[in-house]
Amino acid sequence: MKNDKVYGLMAEFDSPGALLGAAEKIRDNGYHRWEAFTPFPIHGLDKVLGYKNSLVGWVSLALGAGAFFSVVGLIWFANDFDYPLIVGGKPMFSPPMTFVPAYILMIMGAALGALLGMFGINQLPRLHHPLLFKKRFELASRDKFVIVIGATDEKFCATETRKLLETIGGANIGIVEERE
Amino acid sequence: MAESVNIEELKKLAPPAELRRAPVIEGNQGLGWLTDKLSAFAEAKVPLWWWILFVPAAFAAMVIFPTCLFYQVFTGVGVWGNNHPDMWGWDIVNFIWWVGVAHAGTLISAMLFLTRQHWRTTIGRMAEAMTVFSVAMAGLYPAIHVGRAWFDWFMFPIPNSNGNWPQFKSPLMWDVFAVNTYLMVSSLFWFMGMIPDFAVLRDRATTRIRRTIFSLLAMGWTGSAWQWHNYEKAYVVLCGLCTLLVFTVSSIVGLDFCTSQLAGWHATIFPLYFVIGAVFCGFGMMLVLLTSLRKLCGLESIITRSHIDKVAKLTLVSGLIIDYIYLMEIFIAWYSGDPYERWVFGHRFFGQSYWYFGWMLIGINVCVTQLLWSKKIRSNLAALFVIGLLINVGMWSERFVIVVGSLYQDFLPANWGKYHPTMWDVGLYVGTLGAFFMLYLLFVKFLPVIAISEVKGATPQGDPHHPLGGAQKGGH
Repeated sequence: MKNDKVYGLMAEFDSPGALLGAAEKIRDNGYHRWEAFTPFPIHGLDKVLGYKNSLVGWVSLALGAGAFFSVVGLIWFANDFDYPLIVGGKPMFSPPMTFVPAYILMIMGAALGALLGMFGINQLPRLHHPLLFKKRFELASRDKFVIVIGATDEKFCATETRKLLETIGGANIGIVEERE
Repeated sequence: MAESVNIEELKKLAPPAELRRAPVIEGNQGLGWLTDKLSAFAEAKVPLWWWILFVPAAFAAMVIFPTCLFYQVFTGVGVWGNNHPDMWGWDIVNFIWWVGVAHAGTLISAMLFLTRQHWRTTIGRMAEAMTVFSVAMAGLYPAIHVGRAWFDWFMFPIPNSNGNWPQFKSPLMWDVFAVNTYLMVSSLFWFMGMIPDFAVLRDRATTRIRRTIFSLLAMGWTGSAWQWHNYEKAYVVLCGLCTLLVFTVSSIVGLDFCTSQLAGWHATIFPLYFVIGAVFCGFGMMLVLLTSLRKLCGLESIITRSHIDKVAKLTLVSGLIIDYIYLMEIFIAWYSGDPYERWVFGHRFFGQSYWYFGWMLIGINVCVTQLLWSKKIRSNLAALFVIGLLINVGMWSERFVIVVGSLYQDFLPANWGKYHPTMWDVGLYVGTLGAFFMLYLLFVKFLPVIAISEVKGATPQGDPHHPLGGAQKGGH
């Protein structure tokens, strides 16, 4: 299905260095709703885009700590409260004895937190993205470095933005259409 | 556009040859070339050698494995050689062996990432796959060793009508959590690492079916800076967690032994012993897989001799630590003054039975490993392949010496007994080997066997601060 709504303007660059230089110029021109698409992470790019420390670490910490204390609670519930069990004459429950299972499941929780946090914050999985319909965009996982300036940006103007992308060295500048 | 690079000028800036680090990838190729090269094998026709290896592995995995498994589950543990006093036999030996194989994979992919060793990018994915498949094989053994495999769920803390809960104070119980966590976390790590590469294969797909499969696997990955930003964070967190697991899982397997009272087992060195043994064994398997697959998949310029040399050096280091531990074990047995301890260690090498496993342990793990000091041997791929195989045999016999060697003659002579594996023991081991190699071959053929995005990021062309990466004068 095709319609006239524009998602943004896409330009290609040949090297990570060229992309980084272009990104700085776009930022200096006052654009806010734009994004770079690269085959691998580019050192320094998140700083240009103004991304702060990722929240994934906190999600991981929350799930890891949650798992740790849940297991401590579970062991207390199982071995002391619900079905008291004497093993080797030791106390029914003592915090140190819970450490190993709690620690292992903390790793499990934290790992799940890292993965699910990454998915959640990146809004993955998604089956559809306007850029994935663009033929040239397939090169963004190969050796091209792509910048897309969103049509929702306040400064976006079909002619002016295109001119800017041309002056900073973007090639194959094209319109990305919004898809239903 | 990137300014054209003057190679002569670059050479002047570079440090002298003897100080220069070897590039991660040979040939100084561009990013497009690398993408083609790294995805070529997954996209090409299935080669003949693949079928030659796959058919026997698949036969072992699909015929021998289920036959031995079902016969054992339907009949009972008695079909194995396990009998009083050797209640642990090949099943536990193989369990520890498979867990061990897994460990080097995690060490290479996670610990070398944290220490920023760029050469790991080329072999990390292969190592992770080795981990995932071998942990799966390891987890199977205790699950069926319990005898009534249909009660395995009793080991998980699930409320049930009998009102029974697991006994959380036992290291055997910790094993359940440790191995399951290891399998889960290493699979997550493996899968997450492949997402950007699934996107590469999706974008390159020529047929509709490939495109659909890889689109689903890539889950809509676009490679935006925001996605990479969060992905890198998640990756480093997972690496840290996997590193913890390297030290945890085998330690807990070691605790199974050292919390017992048996001479030869009751030693505080066991957790460390098992971790290092595991890593050493896994490096052996890594040498076998790397030296063969690099040739078979045509990846000589990617997995360079320098990378294999580094793996061989790490093998040597872990081998030297394990040698030290053997020495310590024997010393402590003597120093303890405990006659049973001394007796058990004497019998490992000079007893009536199984002494040959003791000498295999010394012959391979101590002697053969020393060959890796030689640069000539480290650059001889055939030699490394053989040494890798031998290390796996040596580490298998080490586990046999530990498990059976301590059990078959304990404190009371009335309690002594021999251990002989049956065909079902052997069959199940062959079956797990087949299943491992079948899964590995499927992985090698159909999934991105080398981390495409990571390798590209480790080249000078991928570095925005390098002239070849388009760094502008006076700029970044």
